[in-house]
Amino acid sequence: MNVAVLVKWVPEPQGTPALGEDHLLVREGANGALDPGDEYGLERALQLVERDGGDVVAVSMGPEVANAAVQRALAMGASRGVHVTDPSLRGADTLVTARVLAAVIRSLGSIDLVVAAVESTDGYTGTLPITIAELLGLPSVTFATALDVVEGELRAERQTVAGSEVVASPIPALVTVTTGVAAPRYPSLKGVMGAKSKPVDRPSLSDLGLSSDDVRPTQSIAGVEAAAAKSGGRVIEAGPETAVEIANLLAEARVI
Amino acid sequence: MTSVWIWADVTTSGVASSALELLTKARELSDDVGAVALGPGATGAAAVLGEHGAGVAYVSDDDRLVEPTSRVAAHTLAALVASGSPDVVLFPSSYRARDVAGRLQALTGATVMANAVDLPAIHRARAEVLGGTTIVDIDLAGPTPHLVLLRPQSFEPREVGGSADLVAVDVVEPPGLADVRVLERNDASADGTKLDDAKVVVSGGRGLGGPEGFRLLEELADAIGGSAVGASRAAVDAGWVPYAMQIGQTGATVKPEVYLAAGISGALQHAVGMKASRRIVAITKDPEAPILKLADLGVVGDLFQVIPALTEEVKRRTGR
Repeated sequence: MNVAVLVKWVPEPQGTPALGEDHLLVREGANGALDPGDEYGLERALQLVERDGGDVVAVSMGPEVANAAVQRALAMGASRGVHVTDPSLRGADTLVTARVLAAVIRSLGSIDLVVAAVESTDGYTGTLPITIAELLGLPSVTFATALDVVEGELRAERQTVAGSEVVASPIPALVTVTTGVAAPRYPSLKGVMGAKSKPVDRPSLSDLGLSSDDVRPTQSIAGVEAAAAKSGGRVIEAGPETAVEIANLLAEARVI
Repeated sequence: MTSVWIWADVTTSGVASSALELLTKARELSDDVGAVALGPGATGAAAVLGEHGAGVAYVSDDDRLVEPTSRVAAHTLAALVASGSPDVVLFPSSYRARDVAGRLQALTGATVMANAVDLPAIHRARAEVLGGTTIVDIDLAGPTPHLVLLRPQSFEPREVGGSADLVAVDVVEPPGLADVRVLERNDASADGTKLDDAKVVVSGGRGLGGPEGFRLLEELADAIGGSAVGASRAAVDAGWVPYAMQIGQTGATVKPEVYLAAGISGALQHAVGMKASRRIVAITKDPEAPILKLADLGVVGDLFQVIPALTEEVKRRTGR
């Protein structure tokens, strides 16, 4: 079984992101990393191929530095990577990104599962994977909290507004996962050393059959302004009067 | 004339309030407002949609429209927008709306703008980024209708007293529809005050250490009255409480009179779901927690001492 896992490089997942002069997120030079949200699906994909055989391919689109995300996926155990980078993709919107990633997955040939996080930690749009599914004509299961392949069929438990449901789908299929699907492993030293010798394809847009029209963004930034800053509140150390202070606030708000 | 449609999430128990919020915005943008409701409960929702400003309700109660991949709904909507040619379709930020809008984008090549908080103009969307510190206006171009997903509670529902013309929608089953089956459905019990209606939301995160910690919050919420218990994504992902309680980017947005966060660090993802609360109280043992910057009253200390003491103090004052 072959699994393509979408991985994204995000700038400083724990830090404070910044906008550059062109109003786009500053990516160059930032201390970025593999999106922590991507590690859960990657881990589950690795578990499945370790049990059933096959390969995990880490697929990414992003600037040169995004190679760090692919390398992390390889260190965790992915067999190979694909990293698409092109100056014309800076500022790419979800449609452009979906076209590029769908073209990569198509070029990989026999893929049984495409796994992605529900949403990225920096952009959190949450529609990209399913757009890829539709471009590829695949069934999809979004918001999966558990994921398995049983008798050649995808089985997933997914969150719903009402609670949860268990879904079966033929493969190939696309799944988006929450952090519930698996606890990500830390790459071993051997994994990190081995990652350097694993293949990473770097196809150009024309290799992927994409024209400049295909990657022209449909969104442009018209203006940026700072939101009204919240005036700072009080921070206190917990003490014997804390409960009374909070209760006073509740009384001022007329909720008790 | 400019035409604006909204996507209404419907079930047999009614129409989601998000649809009514979107209708308020749609009417600001245009007099030509349509509402699309696909799936069981759609026809029943038409009256409410009309009262809130939809001139036309495109409806089908067909249960094929709610299969889990959203393919049928997206293909049906694609045919509908091709014939009705609205300029913009407004969606809520629900799971289903994301899935339908995402698939529709692939079918029409239209732009998708997610997490918007407003549309200052018909082809311009506004979003709050970087944890709500920065407002960005984005011009939308390319094939129409543009697809804009709006954050919950961005607008107030407003009854305008109209009625919608009903248009029955033909269901489009895409070719090669895969055989995806729902094997089991578990609905979480929905008792108590709903997050949307609560005047106080008591919310817990990783710092609660496990599902037992939420009992302390429930006791506090009971003592206050008119209150609901929420959770951060960390607590939901850990399986301590059901998803229905999640507040933040991938959950509910709440604006209660008082938001009380216990053991929540206040990552950006959580902040967007609660920062508009009237008053914010945060209790955390981490003096560096970002939530302290949002709080009107931040308490650094042990929530397992502070919360029970607060519950006792509230009981003493309310006699509950």
